[in-house]
Amino acid sequence: MRTADLVTAALLMALGGIVIYDAARLGFGWGGEGPLSGFFPFWLAVLMVVISLVILIQVSMGSAQKAFATRQQFVRVLKVLVPIACFIVLADPPGPWSGLGLYAAGGLYLGFYMRWVGRHDWRSVVALSLAVPLITFFIFETWFLVPMPKGPVEAWFGY
Amino acid sequence: MGPENLLLGFQVALTPFNIFIAVVGILLGTIIGVLPGLGGANGVAILLPLTFTMPPTSAIILLTSIYWGALFGGAITSILFNIPGEPWSVATTFDGYPLAKQGQSGEALTAAFTSSFVGAFFSIVLITFFAPILAEVALKFGPPEFFAIQLLTFSSFVGLGGGNPLKSLVTILLGFILATVGLDIVTGQLRLTFGFTDLMKGFDFVVAVIGLFGIGEILLSVEEGLKFEGAKAGMKMRVVLDTWKILPRYWRTFVRGSMIGFWMGFKPGGATPASFMSYAFAKRFSKNADKFGKGELEGIVAPETAAHAAGVAAMLPMITLGIPGSPTAAVMLGGLIIWGLQPGPMLFIDNPDFVWGLIASMYTGNVIGVIMVLAFVPFFAAILRVPFAILTPLIVFVCAIGSYAVHNSMIDIWYMLIFGVIGYTFRKLDYPLAPFVLALVLGDMAENALRQSLIMSQGSLAIFFNRPISGVITAFALFFFALPLLTPWWRKLRS
Repeated sequence: MRTADLVTAALLMALGGIVIYDAARLGFGWGGEGPLSGFFPFWLAVLMVVISLVILIQVSMGSAQKAFATRQQFVRVLKVLVPIACFIVLADPPGPWSGLGLYAAGGLYLGFYMRWVGRHDWRSVVALSLAVPLITFFIFETWFLVPMPKGPVEAWFGY
Repeated sequence: MGPENLLLGFQVALTPFNIFIAVVGILLGTIIGVLPGLGGANGVAILLPLTFTMPPTSAIILLTSIYWGALFGGAITSILFNIPGEPWSVATTFDGYPLAKQGQSGEALTAAFTSSFVGAFFSIVLITFFAPILAEVALKFGPPEFFAIQLLTFSSFVGLGGGNPLKSLVTILLGFILATVGLDIVTGQLRLTFGFTDLMKGFDFVVAVIGLFGIGEILLSVEEGLKFEGAKAGMKMRVVLDTWKILPRYWRTFVRGSMIGFWMGFKPGGATPASFMSYAFAKRFSKNADKFGKGELEGIVAPETAAHAAGVAAMLPMITLGIPGSPTAAVMLGGLIIWGLQPGPMLFIDNPDFVWGLIASMYTGNVIGVIMVLAFVPFFAAILRVPFAILTPLIVFVCAIGSYAVHNSMIDIWYMLIFGVIGYTFRKLDYPLAPFVLALVLGDMAENALRQSLIMSQGSLAIFFNRPISGVITAFALFFFALPLLTPWWRKLRS
């Protein structure tokens, strides 16, 4: 827990440093008709650096308590995070490639997770990964008229 | 001002379409409240895009109904599964879960829903009377007063929030800093973008709410290796009626809880301390104090009444001052801006049908809500029996859709994921999330108020002290900021 606490405080301090640097570029003093653009961020960042430093000292003087996360907990969290990242990449990969769109990628993601983590039988996996995107598609695209990114699958059906 | 306006409000709230909206909202809200990883704030945030094409009054009725539903839903998980969906339902688990394990879940749930209803109703009546008065006072406010109120808002997180006050302060500063990212509308300069076009739009707090509370919460619960072991939800009409016969006995607890809830609730972050305070008071004054924690009905009445009174009271500063008292109210405020309304005291003059429709819908929404949850408890409880490997990706998928829909941009889904990791880390390290979100929402307003005040005073901070109203508010704010420093000193002095 202590290491994570120290790293977080240090990161916040570093972020404060970046903000101060940018505020200095913009100017944080008094302009022609009021405070300059950098004024508000500058003072916020100065305060943040100072307070993060105090937290850093506080934490480093305290005793080391239990770990931030056990190895097992960490693996569990990653098993959620990595599939989400893959789902987003699949929906819309960075760069020139075009993605599957949110619905198709969402269906694949749901099915994969159900099978991989929950070990559900294939029938319910297929049924749900078809039903959920379909239902959300009709709710958002036709009922509430909120368009989502679409890919080849929707195009194939003429959307 | 007053009764005739409320009547106008009811004419708006009681149209068939708006009643239908309220029912849908409460249904969705209760489901959201029951689901792990979703709560009032991110539930409202995810569904916000659905309201873009609605008339504003129906839109706010949908969002507030979701909020009421989520509040009711929190009680279901606390009592049946010993999982507090929100921090303010923690106290409800103390007596709720033992009662449910003794086979009295029906009594416990009836008491919880009824208390919620009473607490909420009390606050709504007070809002009906105080909101117009407060709005009229607020009309005379200038930038220094608004900035002072912002200070007061954030100072109460630091002074009364519990936990490490320095960490509360840092999250507030971080929220304000993230709010400055992008185009500065006053000078037209780009701030903190470092040449990245994606950063020009800045960070939307709706996405932040979905990530911090939604994804972050999921990460926290998988880490625990989540398993639900629920008590049975048996709900019979007889049980409801029998419990209603007992409840009037606790009228003192109801009154006390409502007052504590309202008083704590219109200040930010008040719902959680209000529920604990009300529980502690009830235990102190009860004849059955030794039964508290083992399954005492009064131990459900006290925190639920206070939490709901506080949850409703959080709407008061949102509608009158344009300053939200909770993350959920903040998302609604964001909605107001998207629907083209100007939050703040002018709403009462420019859009009376909206304001009074909203207030009237609080009455109707809570009446519809209490009936619906009493009738459909088994259905809502069944949601938690859906296997975890289905719930998790389902919630993530819905969160992703909600994040995308805010600005039709994929980058927001990545932000959602990043905010999820931040939320997970912050929660584990005791950095509070609510002040972070409020700072992100209020950042632009706070900065503008500060700038305008300083322009008025030619750069002197004295302006916050030598105007009577802002002087008093600023003094209170400074007092709250200093409270964590004063308390140990005060304790030493007394001993």
